[in-house]
Amino acid sequence: MKIILIGGSKLAYFLTKQFASKNYYTTIINSDINEAKNLSRTLKATVIHGEGSDPHTLSQAGAYQADVVLSLTTEDEDNLIACQIAQKEYGVPRTIALVNDPENQPIFEKLGITVAFSATQIIASLIEQQTASGDIQNLLPIAEGKVNVTEIALQEDNPVVGKTIDEIQLPNGTLIACILRQGEVIVPSGENSLQALDRLITIGQPESYGQLMRLLCSE
Amino acid sequence: MSSQYIVVVGCGRLGSILASRLSSQGNSVVVIDPHENSFNNLSSDFSGFQITGDASEIEILRSAKVEQADCLLAVTDKDNINLMVTQIAKQIFQTSIVLARVFDPAREQIYRDFGIATISPTKLSADAFMANLPS
Repeated sequence: MKIILIGGSKLAYFLTKQFASKNYYTTIINSDINEAKNLSRTLKATVIHGEGSDPHTLSQAGAYQADVVLSLTTEDEDNLIACQIAQKEYGVPRTIALVNDPENQPIFEKLGITVAFSATQIIASLIEQQTASGDIQNLLPIAEGKVNVTEIALQEDNPVVGKTIDEIQLPNGTLIACILRQGEVIVPSGENSLQALDRLITIGQPESYGQLMRLLCSE
Repeated sequence: MSSQYIVVVGCGRLGSILASRLSSQGNSVVVIDPHENSFNNLSSDFSGFQITGDASEIEILRSAKVEQADCLLAVTDKDNINLMVTQIAKQIFQTSIVLARVFDPAREQIYRDFGIATISPTKLSADAFMANLPS
């Protein structure tokens, strides 16, 4: 996979390292000459000094062959234009833009960006999840909300502690996908028993969700 | 031309001239600029509204009532802001006439090709210089 990464300084550095470990080929575009130099010294990636929204710079970075353009500058308008030019002029199939103003997220997607993500929104929802309930953390609705993935922490007084998964009789349409126990990940079968302080990752359809929560959460 | 509601984004040299002229022609004009002292560029007979703020923030466009505007002119000194604001006006607020100033001729061509009306000062000056050369 070929990725063009625009802006992002520290984020660009660590992302490029991750991409390298997955054997993705990354080209970095950075408009700050010192940052560009530093990145080129510390990373095995190709680094280009320039503006990501400049068509010539994008073409130099190999936009015609790129699979993804990821724009992470601090200016929303620069991220939008870089992604649009990559997509419309160079036919890049996937474009991902960071938005600083959360309101821009749906707008950018309407203007043709494949994925716009708001760091503000992500951090706000992380904080909300942490403070919502001690036991339950709603992780993700998947497939337009047809499936929920939820993390549940088992307190010591939870009635299901000590029972096997077969014994607790999970409602239809739900399952315990994995158990996180002291840093280990267990993909359980029916014979596995639940212990205090386990964290369960459950998957369930919304209609059985209430039943599942009543079963697994100590009131 | 009958009186229109016109939003001008950017109140530098070009924006202030446009806003002042459009206002003196009897149009309702709102001008947006992040720097309050930019409004000093407006002529004394400018009778429109001034909004201090960054037009790349949609809240600012909303406060300028862009959804009611007949026309939006984006003439900040940043190509990307102009291109973003005109697209938002056109696609989200359905403003019928939008125009963006774009210095970079390459970028100007790309956006013109996908339906955003653009004016490139670089290209206009080049054309003017060429026209004045003896052939």
